[in-house]
Amino acid sequence: MTSPTHSARDAGLSLQQQRQRAAFWFLAPMVVALFCVAAWPLLRTIWFSFTDTSMDNLYGGKWVGFDNYLRVQELPSGAWRFKGTLADPAWWNAVWNTVRFAFVSVILETFFGLMVALVLNAEFKGRGWVRAAILIPWAIPTIVSAKMWSWMLNDQYGIINVILLNLGLIEKKIAWTASLDTAMAAVLIVDIWKTTPFMALLCLAGLQMVPRDIYEAAKLDGIHPVRVFFKVTLPLIRPAVAVAVIFRMLDALRIFDLVYVLTPDSSATKTMSVISRQNLFEYNNFAYGAAQSTLLFAILAIFVSLYIWLGRVDLTGEAK
Amino acid sequence: MGNNKLLKNVAFYALVVVIVVFSVFPFYYAIVTSFSTGSALFEARFWPAWDWSNYETVMGARAFSRSIWNSIFIAATTVGFALFLSVTAAYALARVRFRGRGLLLMTILGVSMFPQIAVLAGLFELIRFMGLLNSPFALIISYTIFTLPFTVWVLTTFMRDLPVEIEEAAVVDGATPWIVITKVFLPLMWPALVTTGLLAFIGAWNEFLFALTFTQTETQRTTPVAIAMLSGASVQEIPWGPIMAASVIVTVPLVVLVLVFQRKIVAGLTAGGVKG
Repeated sequence: MTSPTHSARDAGLSLQQQRQRAAFWFLAPMVVALFCVAAWPLLRTIWFSFTDTSMDNLYGGKWVGFDNYLRVQELPSGAWRFKGTLADPAWWNAVWNTVRFAFVSVILETFFGLMVALVLNAEFKGRGWVRAAILIPWAIPTIVSAKMWSWMLNDQYGIINVILLNLGLIEKKIAWTASLDTAMAAVLIVDIWKTTPFMALLCLAGLQMVPRDIYEAAKLDGIHPVRVFFKVTLPLIRPAVAVAVIFRMLDALRIFDLVYVLTPDSSATKTMSVISRQNLFEYNNFAYGAAQSTLLFAILAIFVSLYIWLGRVDLTGEAK
Repeated sequence: MGNNKLLKNVAFYALVVVIVVFSVFPFYYAIVTSFSTGSALFEARFWPAWDWSNYETVMGARAFSRSIWNSIFIAATTVGFALFLSVTAAYALARVRFRGRGLLLMTILGVSMFPQIAVLAGLFELIRFMGLLNSPFALIISYTIFTLPFTVWVLTTFMRDLPVEIEEAAVVDGATPWIVITKVFLPLMWPALVTTGLLAFIGAWNEFLFALTFTQTETQRTTPVAIAMLSGASVQEIPWGPIMAASVIVTVPLVVLVLVFQRKIVAGLTAGGVKG
Protein backbone atom coordinates (compact mmCIF):
# COMPACT_ATOMS: atom_id res chain seq x y z
CA MET A 1 0.00 0.00 0.00
CA THR A 2 1.30 3.46 -0.88
CA SER A 3 1.42 6.12 1.76
CA PRO A 4 -1.89 7.95 2.25
CA THR A 5 -0.35 11.28 1.11
CA HIS A 6 0.41 10.02 -2.34
CA SER A 7 -2.83 8.19 -2.92
CA ALA A 8 -4.80 11.29 -1.98
CA ARG A 9 -2.74 13.62 -4.15
CA ASP A 10 -2.84 11.20 -7.06
CA ALA A 11 -6.59 11.25 -6.96
CA GLY A 12 -6.34 15.02 -7.36
CA LEU A 13 -8.37 15.76 -4.24
CA SER A 14 -7.76 18.75 -2.05
CA LEU A 15 -7.41 18.09 1.65
CA GLN A 16 -10.80 19.63 2.35
CA GLN A 17 -12.52 17.49 -0.30
CA GLN A 18 -10.83 14.40 1.03
CA ARG A 19 -12.07 15.18 4.54
CA GLN A 20 -15.59 15.81 3.35
CA ARG A 21 -15.67 12.58 1.42
CA ALA A 22 -14.44 10.69 4.48
CA ALA A 23 -17.04 12.48 6.60
CA PHE A 24 -19.76 11.21 4.29
CA TRP A 25 -18.70 7.58 4.72
CA PHE A 26 -18.25 8.07 8.46
CA LEU A 27 -21.79 9.36 8.80
CA ALA A 28 -23.53 6.98 6.41
CA PRO A 29 -23.81 3.91 8.72
CA MET A 30 -25.20 5.99 11.56
CA VAL A 31 -27.73 7.74 9.33
CA VAL A 32 -28.85 4.42 7.82
CA ALA A 33 -29.22 2.87 11.29
CA LEU A 34 -31.28 5.79 12.54
CA PHE A 35 -33.44 5.72 9.44
CA CYS A 36 -34.23 2.04 9.99
CA VAL A 37 -35.09 2.28 13.70
CA ALA A 38 -36.63 5.75 13.85
CA ALA A 39 -37.80 7.32 10.58
CA TRP A 40 -39.17 4.20 8.89
CA PRO A 41 -41.14 2.87 11.90
CA LEU A 42 -42.52 6.37 12.51
CA LEU A 43 -43.72 6.61 8.90
CA ARG A 44 -45.28 3.16 9.17
CA THR A 45 -47.08 4.11 12.38
CA ILE A 46 -48.50 7.20 10.70
CA TRP A 47 -49.53 5.08 7.70
CA PHE A 48 -51.25 2.51 9.94
CA SER A 49 -53.22 5.32 11.56
CA PHE A 50 -54.94 6.02 8.22
CA THR A 51 -55.90 2.38 7.64
CA ASP A 52 -58.02 -0.28 9.30
CA THR A 53 -55.04 -2.58 9.96
CA SER A 54 -55.37 -5.13 12.76
CA MET A 55 -52.64 -6.97 14.63
CA ASP A 56 -53.32 -10.38 13.07
CA ASN A 57 -53.48 -8.88 9.59
CA LEU A 58 -50.70 -6.28 9.39
CA TYR A 59 -50.62 -6.16 5.60
CA GLY A 60 -54.34 -6.37 4.90
CA GLY A 61 -55.28 -2.87 6.06
CA LYS A 62 -57.28 -0.65 3.72
CA TRP A 63 -56.98 3.14 3.53
CA VAL A 64 -59.74 4.76 5.59
CA GLY A 65 -58.59 8.39 5.64
CA PHE A 66 -59.17 10.22 8.88
CA ASP A 67 -61.73 7.73 10.23
CA ASN A 68 -59.52 6.68 13.16
CA TYR A 69 -59.18 10.32 14.16
CA LEU A 70 -62.70 11.62 13.61
CA ARG A 71 -65.68 10.55 11.60
CA VAL A 72 -69.40 11.16 11.65
CA GLN A 73 -71.60 8.13 12.02
CA GLU A 74 -75.24 8.11 11.08
CA LEU A 75 -77.33 5.97 13.41
CA PRO A 76 -80.30 3.96 12.06
CA SER A 77 -82.58 6.42 13.85
CA GLY A 78 -81.19 9.17 11.67
CA ALA A 79 -79.22 10.86 14.46
CA TRP A 80 -75.57 11.84 13.98
CA ARG A 81 -72.73 10.82 16.21
CA PHE A 82 -69.00 11.61 16.25
CA LYS A 83 -66.63 8.63 16.44
CA GLY A 84 -62.82 8.27 16.46
CA THR A 85 -60.04 9.23 18.87
CA LEU A 86 -60.80 12.94 18.84
CA ALA A 87 -64.35 12.21 20.01
CA ASP A 88 -63.26 9.62 22.57
CA PRO A 89 -63.55 10.75 26.22
CA ALA A 90 -60.99 8.12 27.27
CA TRP A 91 -58.41 9.75 24.96
CA TRP A 92 -59.10 13.25 26.26
CA ASN A 93 -58.88 11.94 29.81
CA ALA A 94 -55.43 10.55 28.95
CA VAL A 95 -54.37 13.85 27.35
CA TRP A 96 -55.47 15.75 30.44
CA ASN A 97 -53.72 13.28 32.77
CA THR A 98 -50.49 13.55 30.78
CA VAL A 99 -50.50 17.35 30.56
CA ARG A 100 -51.35 17.73 34.23
CA PHE A 101 -48.66 15.26 35.22
CA ALA A 102 -46.05 16.89 32.95
CA PHE A 103 -46.61 20.44 34.14
CA VAL A 104 -46.88 19.69 37.85
CA SER A 105 -43.92 17.30 37.90
CA VAL A 106 -41.60 19.54 35.86
CA ILE A 107 -42.43 22.67 37.88
CA LEU A 108 -41.87 20.89 41.19
CA GLU A 109 -38.73 19.13 39.94
CA THR A 110 -37.26 22.42 38.73
CA PHE A 111 -38.04 24.04 42.08
CA PHE A 112 -36.57 21.21 44.18
CA GLY A 113 -33.72 20.71 41.72
CA LEU A 114 -32.70 24.36 42.07
CA MET A 115 -32.95 24.11 45.82
CA VAL A 116 -30.73 21.03 45.97
CA ALA A 117 -28.30 22.61 43.49
CA LEU A 118 -28.03 25.74 45.67
CA VAL A 119 -27.28 23.55 48.68
CA LEU A 120 -24.64 21.60 46.77
CA ASN A 121 -23.10 24.80 45.45
CA ALA A 122 -22.37 25.97 49.00
CA GLU A 123 -19.12 24.88 50.61
CA PHE A 124 -19.71 22.53 53.52
CA LYS A 125 -18.25 19.39 55.04
CA GLY A 126 -19.51 16.18 53.46
CA ARG A 127 -20.66 17.81 50.22
CA GLY A 128 -19.27 14.90 48.19
CA TRP A 129 -21.33 12.45 50.24
CA VAL A 130 -24.52 14.43 49.74
CA ARG A 131 -23.93 14.54 46.01
CA ALA A 132 -23.37 10.79 45.98
CA ALA A 133 -26.58 10.29 47.98
CA ILE A 134 -28.75 12.27 45.59
CA LEU A 135 -27.40 10.23 42.66
CA ILE A 136 -28.92 7.05 44.10
CA PRO A 137 -32.56 7.69 43.06
CA TRP A 138 -31.33 8.55 39.58
CA ALA A 139 -29.37 5.27 39.31
CA ILE A 140 -32.34 3.09 40.28
CA PRO A 141 -34.29 1.63 37.33
CA THR A 142 -37.77 3.16 36.96
CA ILE A 143 -39.49 -0.20 37.33
CA VAL A 144 -37.59 -0.87 40.53
CA SER A 145 -38.51 2.54 41.94
CA ALA A 146 -42.14 1.95 40.99
CA LYS A 147 -42.11 -1.38 42.87
CA MET A 148 -40.23 0.03 45.85
CA TRP A 149 -42.69 2.86 46.23
CA SER A 150 -45.76 0.75 45.63
CA TRP A 151 -44.57 -1.34 48.58
CA MET A 152 -43.93 1.75 50.71
CA LEU A 153 -47.30 3.19 49.68
CA ASN A 154 -49.13 -0.12 50.23
CA ASP A 155 -52.47 0.49 51.95
CA GLN A 156 -52.20 -2.29 54.55
CA TYR A 157 -48.52 -2.60 55.44
CA GLY A 158 -46.87 0.37 53.73
CA ILE A 159 -44.34 2.24 55.82
CA ILE A 160 -45.64 5.63 54.65
CA ASN A 161 -49.06 4.99 56.16
CA VAL A 162 -47.45 3.70 59.37
CA ILE A 163 -45.27 6.81 59.71
CA LEU A 164 -48.11 9.21 58.90
CA LEU A 165 -50.44 7.44 61.35
CA ASN A 166 -47.86 7.58 64.13
CA LEU A 167 -47.25 11.26 63.49
CA GLY A 168 -51.00 11.80 63.64
CA LEU A 169 -51.07 13.35 60.15
CA ILE A 170 -53.75 10.95 58.88
CA GLU A 171 -56.57 9.23 60.72
CA LYS A 172 -56.89 6.06 58.73
CA LYS A 173 -54.74 4.22 56.19
CA ILE A 174 -54.81 5.57 52.64
CA ALA A 175 -54.83 3.36 49.53
CA TRP A 176 -52.39 5.66 47.76
CA THR A 177 -52.05 3.87 44.44
CA ALA A 178 -55.52 2.33 44.20
CA SER A 179 -57.70 5.29 45.15
CA LEU A 180 -58.61 7.63 42.27
CA ASP A 181 -58.03 10.71 44.44
CA THR A 182 -54.44 9.89 45.37
CA ALA A 183 -53.15 7.84 42.40
CA MET A 184 -51.86 10.92 40.56
CA ALA A 185 -50.21 12.21 43.73
CA ALA A 186 -48.47 8.85 44.14
CA VAL A 187 -47.13 8.95 40.58
CA LEU A 188 -45.96 12.54 41.10
CA ILE A 189 -44.17 11.70 44.37
CA VAL A 190 -42.23 8.85 42.77
CA ASP A 191 -41.37 10.81 39.64
CA ILE A 192 -40.18 13.81 41.64
CA TRP A 193 -38.11 11.55 43.86
CA LYS A 194 -36.51 9.89 40.87
CA THR A 195 -35.78 12.87 38.60
CA THR A 196 -35.02 15.76 40.92
CA PRO A 197 -31.35 14.60 41.02
CA PHE A 198 -31.11 15.00 37.25
CA MET A 199 -32.50 18.54 37.49
CA ALA A 200 -30.25 19.33 40.43
CA LEU A 201 -27.12 18.20 38.57
CA LEU A 202 -27.94 20.27 35.48
CA CYS A 203 -28.76 23.32 37.61
CA LEU A 204 -25.56 22.79 39.59
CA ALA A 205 -23.52 22.75 36.37
CA GLY A 206 -25.11 26.10 35.51
CA LEU A 207 -24.44 27.49 38.98
CA GLN A 208 -20.79 26.54 38.84
CA MET A 209 -20.34 28.68 35.73
CA VAL A 210 -21.32 31.79 37.70
CA PRO A 211 -18.09 33.52 38.75
CA ARG A 212 -17.61 33.60 42.53
CA ASP A 213 -16.47 37.27 42.57
CA ILE A 214 -20.03 38.33 41.71
CA TYR A 215 -21.20 37.03 45.08
CA GLU A 216 -18.24 38.66 46.83
CA ALA A 217 -19.01 42.02 45.22
CA ALA A 218 -22.69 41.75 46.11
CA LYS A 219 -21.80 40.90 49.70
CA LEU A 220 -19.50 43.91 49.98
CA ASP A 221 -22.26 46.14 48.64
CA GLY A 222 -24.58 44.71 51.27
CA ILE A 223 -27.16 43.35 48.83
CA HIS A 224 -29.50 40.76 50.28
CA PRO A 225 -28.69 37.20 49.07
CA VAL A 226 -32.31 36.63 47.94
CA ARG A 227 -32.08 39.71 45.72
CA VAL A 228 -28.73 38.50 44.36
CA PHE A 229 -30.33 35.18 43.52
CA PHE A 230 -33.21 36.68 41.53
CA LYS A 231 -31.26 39.52 39.89
CA VAL A 232 -27.93 37.84 39.16
CA THR A 233 -27.87 34.07 39.60
CA LEU A 234 -31.19 33.18 38.02
CA PRO A 235 -30.66 35.17 34.78
CA LEU A 236 -27.16 33.67 34.44
CA ILE A 237 -28.28 30.06 34.83
CA ARG A 238 -31.47 30.50 32.77
CA PRO A 239 -30.02 28.88 29.59
CA ALA A 240 -28.88 25.76 31.48
CA VAL A 241 -32.25 25.47 33.23
CA ALA A 242 -34.16 26.02 29.97
CA VAL A 243 -32.41 23.05 28.34
CA ALA A 244 -32.99 20.87 31.41
CA VAL A 245 -36.67 21.83 31.50
CA ILE A 246 -37.30 20.89 27.88
CA PHE A 247 -35.69 17.48 28.26
CA ARG A 248 -37.68 16.80 31.41
CA MET A 249 -40.88 18.02 29.80
CA LEU A 250 -40.45 15.68 26.83
CA ASP A 251 -39.75 12.80 29.16
CA ALA A 252 -42.80 13.62 31.24
CA LEU A 253 -45.12 13.91 28.23
CA ARG A 254 -44.22 10.42 27.00
CA ILE A 255 -44.20 8.73 30.45
CA PHE A 256 -45.16 5.07 30.34
CA ASP A 257 -43.34 2.68 32.68
CA LEU A 258 -43.90 4.35 36.05
CA VAL A 259 -47.64 4.77 35.49
CA TYR A 260 -48.02 1.29 34.04
CA VAL A 261 -46.41 -0.41 37.05
CA LEU A 262 -47.36 1.88 39.95
CA THR A 263 -51.04 2.44 39.17
CA PRO A 264 -52.06 -0.29 36.70
CA ASP A 265 -55.08 0.60 34.60
CA SER A 266 -56.19 3.51 36.79
CA SER A 267 -58.28 6.08 34.92
CA ALA A 268 -56.87 8.80 37.18
CA THR A 269 -53.34 8.37 35.86
CA LYS A 270 -53.61 6.66 32.46
CA THR A 271 -51.40 8.70 30.10
CA MET A 272 -51.32 9.04 26.31
CA SER A 273 -48.53 6.44 26.00
CA VAL A 274 -50.37 3.95 28.20
CA ILE A 275 -53.69 4.25 26.38
CA SER A 276 -51.99 4.03 22.95
CA ARG A 277 -50.18 0.85 23.88
CA GLN A 278 -53.34 -0.68 25.30
CA ASN A 279 -55.19 -0.04 22.07
CA LEU A 280 -52.28 -1.27 19.95
CA PHE A 281 -51.52 -4.54 21.72
CA GLU A 282 -54.14 -5.32 24.34
CA TYR A 283 -57.54 -4.22 23.01
CA ASN A 284 -56.90 -5.32 19.43
CA ASN A 285 -57.44 -1.77 18.10
CA PHE A 286 -54.13 -1.59 16.24
CA ALA A 287 -54.94 1.23 13.81
CA TYR A 288 -56.76 3.20 16.49
CA GLY A 289 -53.72 2.94 18.79
CA ALA A 290 -51.51 4.00 15.87
CA ALA A 291 -53.66 7.12 15.46
CA GLN A 292 -53.26 7.91 19.16
CA SER A 293 -49.47 7.48 19.06
CA THR A 294 -49.34 9.68 15.95
CA LEU A 295 -51.26 12.37 17.85
CA LEU A 296 -48.83 12.10 20.77
CA PHE A 297 -45.93 12.53 18.36
CA ALA A 298 -47.60 15.58 16.77
CA ILE A 299 -48.26 17.16 20.17
CA LEU A 300 -44.63 16.71 21.21
CA ALA A 301 -43.29 18.02 17.90
CA ILE A 302 -45.44 21.16 18.13
CA PHE A 303 -44.50 21.67 21.76
CA VAL A 304 -40.74 21.39 21.10
CA SER A 305 -40.82 23.70 18.08
CA LEU A 306 -42.76 26.34 20.02
CA TYR A 307 -40.45 26.06 23.01
CA ILE A 308 -37.27 26.40 20.95
CA TRP A 309 -38.72 29.18 18.85
CA LEU A 310 -40.25 31.21 21.67
CA GLY A 311 -37.47 30.61 24.18
CA ARG A 312 -34.64 30.92 21.61
CA VAL A 313 -33.04 27.91 23.26
CA ASP A 314 -29.72 26.95 21.73
CA LEU A 315 -29.69 23.15 21.86
CA THR A 316 -26.84 22.35 19.50
CA GLY A 317 -24.22 24.44 21.28
CA GLU A 318 -23.01 25.53 17.83
CA ALA A 319 -23.59 29.21 18.61
CA LYS A 320 -20.74 29.45 21.08
CA MET B 1 -25.60 38.17 65.20
CA GLY B 2 -23.80 35.04 66.45
CA ASN B 3 -27.10 33.41 67.32
CA ASN B 4 -28.50 34.27 63.94
CA LYS B 5 -25.55 32.61 62.23
CA LEU B 6 -25.93 29.50 64.37
CA LEU B 7 -29.61 29.32 63.50
CA LYS B 8 -28.81 29.63 59.80
CA ASN B 9 -26.26 26.84 60.07
CA VAL B 10 -28.69 24.56 61.86
CA ALA B 11 -31.38 25.25 59.25
CA PHE B 12 -28.91 24.56 56.46
CA TYR B 13 -27.77 21.24 57.88
CA ALA B 14 -31.37 20.27 58.62
CA LEU B 15 -32.13 20.80 54.92
CA VAL B 16 -29.10 18.69 53.99
CA VAL B 17 -30.31 15.89 56.26
CA VAL B 18 -33.82 16.02 54.76
CA ILE B 19 -32.37 15.80 51.23
CA VAL B 20 -30.14 12.85 52.10
CA VAL B 21 -32.86 10.93 53.97
CA PHE B 22 -35.42 11.48 51.23
CA SER B 23 -32.93 10.29 48.58
CA VAL B 24 -31.57 7.25 50.36
CA PHE B 25 -34.40 5.95 52.54
CA PRO B 26 -36.57 4.24 49.86
CA PHE B 27 -33.68 2.13 48.60
CA TYR B 28 -32.56 1.40 52.15
CA TYR B 29 -36.08 0.30 52.99
CA ALA B 30 -36.13 -1.98 49.93
CA ILE B 31 -32.95 -3.62 51.26
CA VAL B 32 -34.54 -4.05 54.71
CA THR B 33 -37.65 -5.61 53.16
CA SER B 34 -35.60 -7.94 50.97
CA PHE B 35 -34.19 -9.53 54.15
CA SER B 36 -37.59 -10.11 55.76
CA THR B 37 -39.90 -13.09 55.34
CA GLY B 38 -43.18 -14.26 56.78
CA SER B 39 -44.80 -12.04 59.38
CA ALA B 40 -41.62 -9.92 59.75
CA LEU B 41 -42.48 -8.51 56.34
CA PHE B 42 -45.63 -6.91 57.69
CA GLU B 43 -44.12 -5.20 60.72
CA ALA B 44 -42.61 -1.82 59.98
CA ARG B 45 -38.95 -2.41 60.80
CA PHE B 46 -35.92 -0.26 60.18
CA TRP B 47 -33.05 -2.75 60.49
CA PRO B 48 -32.44 -5.73 58.20
CA ALA B 49 -32.92 -9.21 59.72
CA TRP B 50 -30.29 -10.75 57.41
CA ASP B 51 -32.59 -13.54 56.30
CA TRP B 52 -31.33 -14.53 52.84
CA SER B 53 -34.24 -16.75 51.85
CA ASN B 54 -35.85 -14.18 49.49
CA TYR B 55 -32.58 -14.04 47.56
CA GLU B 56 -32.49 -17.83 47.40
CA THR B 57 -36.06 -17.87 46.08
CA VAL B 58 -35.31 -15.32 43.37
CA MET B 59 -31.97 -16.68 42.24
CA GLY B 60 -33.33 -20.22 42.42
CA ALA B 61 -36.04 -19.33 39.91
CA ARG B 62 -34.43 -20.16 36.61
CA ALA B 63 -36.37 -17.53 34.67
CA PHE B 64 -34.97 -14.68 36.76
CA SER B 65 -31.31 -15.65 36.37
CA ARG B 66 -32.02 -16.01 32.65
CA SER B 67 -33.43 -12.45 32.67
CA ILE B 68 -30.22 -11.11 34.20
CA TRP B 69 -28.15 -12.69 31.43
CA ASN B 70 -30.61 -11.42 28.81
CA SER B 71 -30.30 -7.89 30.18
CA ILE B 72 -26.51 -8.01 30.29
CA PHE B 73 -26.23 -9.40 26.75
CA ILE B 74 -28.76 -6.96 25.28
CA ALA B 75 -27.41 -3.85 27.00
CA ALA B 76 -23.76 -4.69 26.25
CA THR B 77 -24.41 -5.45 22.56
CA THR B 78 -26.53 -2.33 22.13
CA VAL B 79 -23.83 -0.13 23.66
CA GLY B 80 -21.03 -1.75 21.64
CA PHE B 81 -22.96 -1.23 18.42
CA ALA B 82 -23.85 2.39 19.26
CA LEU B 83 -20.27 3.31 20.24
CA PHE B 84 -18.85 1.65 17.13
CA LEU B 85 -21.10 3.71 14.84
CA SER B 86 -20.82 6.93 16.81
CA VAL B 87 -17.03 7.35 17.05
CA THR B 88 -16.61 7.95 13.33
CA ALA B 89 -19.88 9.87 13.09
CA ALA B 90 -18.86 12.14 15.96
CA TYR B 91 -15.53 12.85 14.25
CA ALA B 92 -17.32 13.92 11.07
CA LEU B 93 -19.82 16.07 12.99
CA ALA B 94 -17.28 17.70 15.28
CA ARG B 95 -14.19 18.20 13.13
CA VAL B 96 -15.27 18.47 9.49
CA ARG B 97 -17.13 21.46 8.08
CA PHE B 98 -19.81 20.51 5.60
CA ARG B 99 -23.17 21.81 4.47
CA GLY B 100 -26.16 20.61 6.46
CA ARG B 101 -24.17 19.80 9.58
CA GLY B 102 -26.40 21.87 11.86
CA LEU B 103 -29.51 20.28 10.37
CA LEU B 104 -28.10 16.78 10.85
CA LEU B 105 -27.25 17.56 14.49
CA MET B 106 -30.78 18.83 15.10
CA THR B 107 -32.23 15.71 13.48
CA ILE B 108 -30.13 13.46 15.72
CA LEU B 109 -31.24 15.43 18.76
CA GLY B 110 -34.82 15.21 17.53
CA VAL B 111 -34.60 11.42 17.32
CA SER B 112 -33.35 11.26 20.90
CA MET B 113 -36.50 13.12 21.95
CA PHE B 114 -38.84 10.75 20.07
CA PRO B 115 -41.71 9.41 22.11
CA GLN B 116 -41.00 5.69 21.90
CA ILE B 117 -44.68 4.91 21.58
CA ALA B 118 -44.72 6.70 18.20
CA VAL B 119 -42.41 4.11 16.63
CA LEU B 120 -43.85 1.13 18.49
CA ALA B 121 -46.36 0.03 15.84
CA GLY B 122 -43.86 0.45 12.99
CA LEU B 123 -41.07 -1.31 14.89
CA PHE B 124 -43.41 -4.17 15.75
CA GLU B 125 -44.09 -4.66 12.05
CA LEU B 126 -40.37 -4.44 11.17
CA ILE B 127 -39.35 -6.89 13.88
CA ARG B 128 -42.07 -9.35 13.00
CA PHE B 129 -41.11 -9.07 9.33
CA MET B 130 -37.50 -9.96 10.21
CA GLY B 131 -38.73 -12.88 12.33
CA LEU B 132 -37.05 -11.46 15.44
CA LEU B 133 -40.09 -11.21 17.72
CA ASN B 134 -39.31 -12.62 21.17
CA SER B 135 -35.54 -12.66 20.53
CA PRO B 136 -32.83 -10.48 22.15
CA PHE B 137 -32.07 -8.93 18.76
CA ALA B 138 -35.51 -7.35 18.65
CA LEU B 139 -34.48 -5.31 21.69
CA ILE B 140 -30.94 -4.61 20.47
CA ILE B 141 -32.40 -3.13 17.28
CA SER B 142 -35.06 -1.09 19.02
CA TYR B 143 -32.73 0.25 21.73
CA THR B 144 -30.59 1.80 19.02
CA ILE B 145 -33.24 4.50 18.72
CA PHE B 146 -32.22 6.04 22.03
CA THR B 147 -28.62 4.85 22.57
CA LEU B 148 -27.23 5.90 19.18
CA PRO B 149 -28.37 9.57 19.19
CA PHE B 150 -27.17 9.88 22.76
CA THR B 151 -23.67 8.49 22.13
CA VAL B 152 -23.26 10.48 18.89
CA TRP B 153 -24.33 13.65 20.65
CA VAL B 154 -22.08 13.32 23.70
CA LEU B 155 -19.02 12.21 21.71
CA THR B 156 -19.55 15.10 19.28
CA THR B 157 -19.56 17.65 22.10
CA PHE B 158 -16.48 15.98 23.54
CA MET B 159 -14.54 15.99 20.24
CA ARG B 160 -15.52 19.56 19.45
CA ASP B 161 -13.76 20.75 22.60
CA LEU B 162 -10.42 19.12 21.74
CA PRO B 163 -7.84 21.63 20.39
CA VAL B 164 -7.14 21.83 16.64
CA GLU B 165 -3.39 21.38 17.14
CA ILE B 166 -3.57 17.71 18.03
CA GLU B 167 -5.03 16.95 14.62
CA GLU B 168 -2.91 19.40 12.63
CA ALA B 169 0.41 17.63 13.12
CA ALA B 170 -1.04 14.34 11.89
CA VAL B 171 -2.74 15.99 8.90
CA VAL B 172 0.48 17.74 7.90
CA ASP B 173 2.19 14.37 8.01
CA GLY B 174 -0.41 13.21 5.51
CA ALA B 175 -2.57 11.02 7.72
CA THR B 176 -5.99 10.09 6.36
CA PRO B 177 -9.09 10.87 8.46
CA TRP B 178 -9.33 7.20 9.40
CA ILE B 179 -5.74 7.25 10.73
CA VAL B 180 -6.48 10.50 12.57
CA ILE B 181 -9.45 8.90 14.32
CA THR B 182 -7.79 5.64 15.29
CA LYS B 183 -4.33 6.94 16.13
CA VAL B 184 -4.99 10.47 17.42
CA PHE B 185 -8.52 10.66 18.76
CA LEU B 186 -9.26 7.18 20.10
CA PRO B 187 -6.44 7.20 22.68
CA LEU B 188 -7.75 10.56 23.96
CA MET B 189 -11.35 9.42 23.98
CA TRP B 190 -11.26 6.50 26.39
CA PRO B 191 -12.65 8.43 29.34
CA ALA B 192 -15.49 9.83 27.23
CA LEU B 193 -16.20 6.41 25.74
CA VAL B 194 -16.40 4.80 29.17
CA THR B 195 -18.80 7.42 30.53
CA THR B 196 -21.01 7.52 27.46
CA GLY B 197 -21.03 3.75 27.27
CA LEU B 198 -21.99 3.49 30.92
CA LEU B 199 -24.87 5.96 30.57
CA ALA B 200 -26.13 4.21 27.44
CA PHE B 201 -25.81 0.87 29.24
CA ILE B 202 -27.96 2.14 32.11
CA GLY B 203 -30.56 3.36 29.61
CA ALA B 204 -30.72 0.00 27.88
CA TRP B 205 -30.68 -1.92 31.16
CA ASN B 206 -33.68 0.04 32.46
CA GLU B 207 -35.82 0.13 29.30
CA PHE B 208 -39.36 -1.20 29.77
CA LEU B 209 -41.79 -0.36 26.95
CA PHE B 210 -40.00 -2.20 24.11
CA ALA B 211 -38.99 -5.07 26.40
CA LEU B 212 -42.60 -5.52 27.49
CA THR B 213 -43.93 -5.45 23.93
CA PHE B 214 -41.34 -7.50 22.05
CA THR B 215 -40.83 -10.39 24.49
CA GLN B 216 -43.48 -13.04 24.92
CA THR B 217 -42.00 -15.90 26.94
CA GLU B 218 -40.64 -15.83 30.47
CA THR B 219 -37.13 -16.88 29.43
CA GLN B 220 -36.73 -13.97 26.99
CA ARG B 221 -37.64 -11.24 29.46
CA THR B 222 -35.22 -8.57 30.61
CA THR B 223 -34.97 -7.80 34.33
CA PRO B 224 -37.37 -4.80 34.42
CA VAL B 225 -40.12 -6.88 32.79
CA ALA B 226 -39.33 -9.87 35.01
CA ILE B 227 -39.63 -7.70 38.13
CA ALA B 228 -42.85 -6.09 36.93
CA MET B 229 -44.34 -9.53 36.27
CA LEU B 230 -43.23 -11.29 39.48
CA SER B 231 -46.43 -12.55 41.01
CA GLY B 232 -47.44 -14.83 43.85
CA ALA B 233 -49.71 -17.80 44.14
CA SER B 234 -52.80 -15.61 43.92
CA VAL B 235 -53.62 -12.08 42.78
CA GLN B 236 -54.01 -10.86 46.35
CA GLU B 237 -50.69 -12.28 47.43
CA ILE B 238 -47.97 -10.03 46.06
CA PRO B 239 -44.54 -11.52 46.91
CA TRP B 240 -43.00 -8.30 48.26
CA GLY B 241 -39.96 -10.03 49.74
CA PRO B 242 -38.75 -11.66 46.51
CA ILE B 243 -39.67 -8.54 44.48
CA MET B 244 -37.48 -6.41 46.73
CA ALA B 245 -34.66 -8.99 46.61
CA ALA B 246 -34.80 -8.98 42.79
CA SER B 247 -34.87 -5.17 42.80
CA VAL B 248 -31.81 -4.99 45.03
CA ILE B 249 -29.95 -7.51 42.86
CA VAL B 250 -30.44 -5.48 39.65
CA THR B 251 -29.88 -2.12 41.33
CA VAL B 252 -26.78 -2.63 43.48
CA PRO B 253 -24.38 -2.98 40.50
CA LEU B 254 -25.81 0.21 38.97
CA VAL B 255 -25.56 2.17 42.20
CA VAL B 256 -21.96 1.02 42.70
CA LEU B 257 -21.02 1.93 39.11
CA VAL B 258 -22.69 5.33 39.37
CA LEU B 259 -20.97 6.11 42.66
CA VAL B 260 -17.57 5.00 41.34
CA PHE B 261 -17.90 7.04 38.16
CA GLN B 262 -19.93 9.89 39.66
CA ARG B 263 -17.67 12.74 38.57
CA LYS B 264 -17.49 11.49 34.99
CA ILE B 265 -21.21 10.82 34.88
CA VAL B 266 -22.10 14.30 36.03
CA ALA B 267 -19.79 15.70 33.35
CA GLY B 268 -21.29 13.40 30.69
CA LEU B 269 -24.85 14.24 31.64
CA THR B 270 -24.30 17.96 31.57
CA ALA B 271 -22.38 17.80 28.28
CA GLY B 272 -25.10 15.76 26.67
CA GLY B 273 -28.03 17.37 28.37
CA VAL B 274 -29.76 14.18 27.32
CA LYS B 275 -31.11 11.82 29.90
CA GLY B 276 -29.44 8.42 29.74
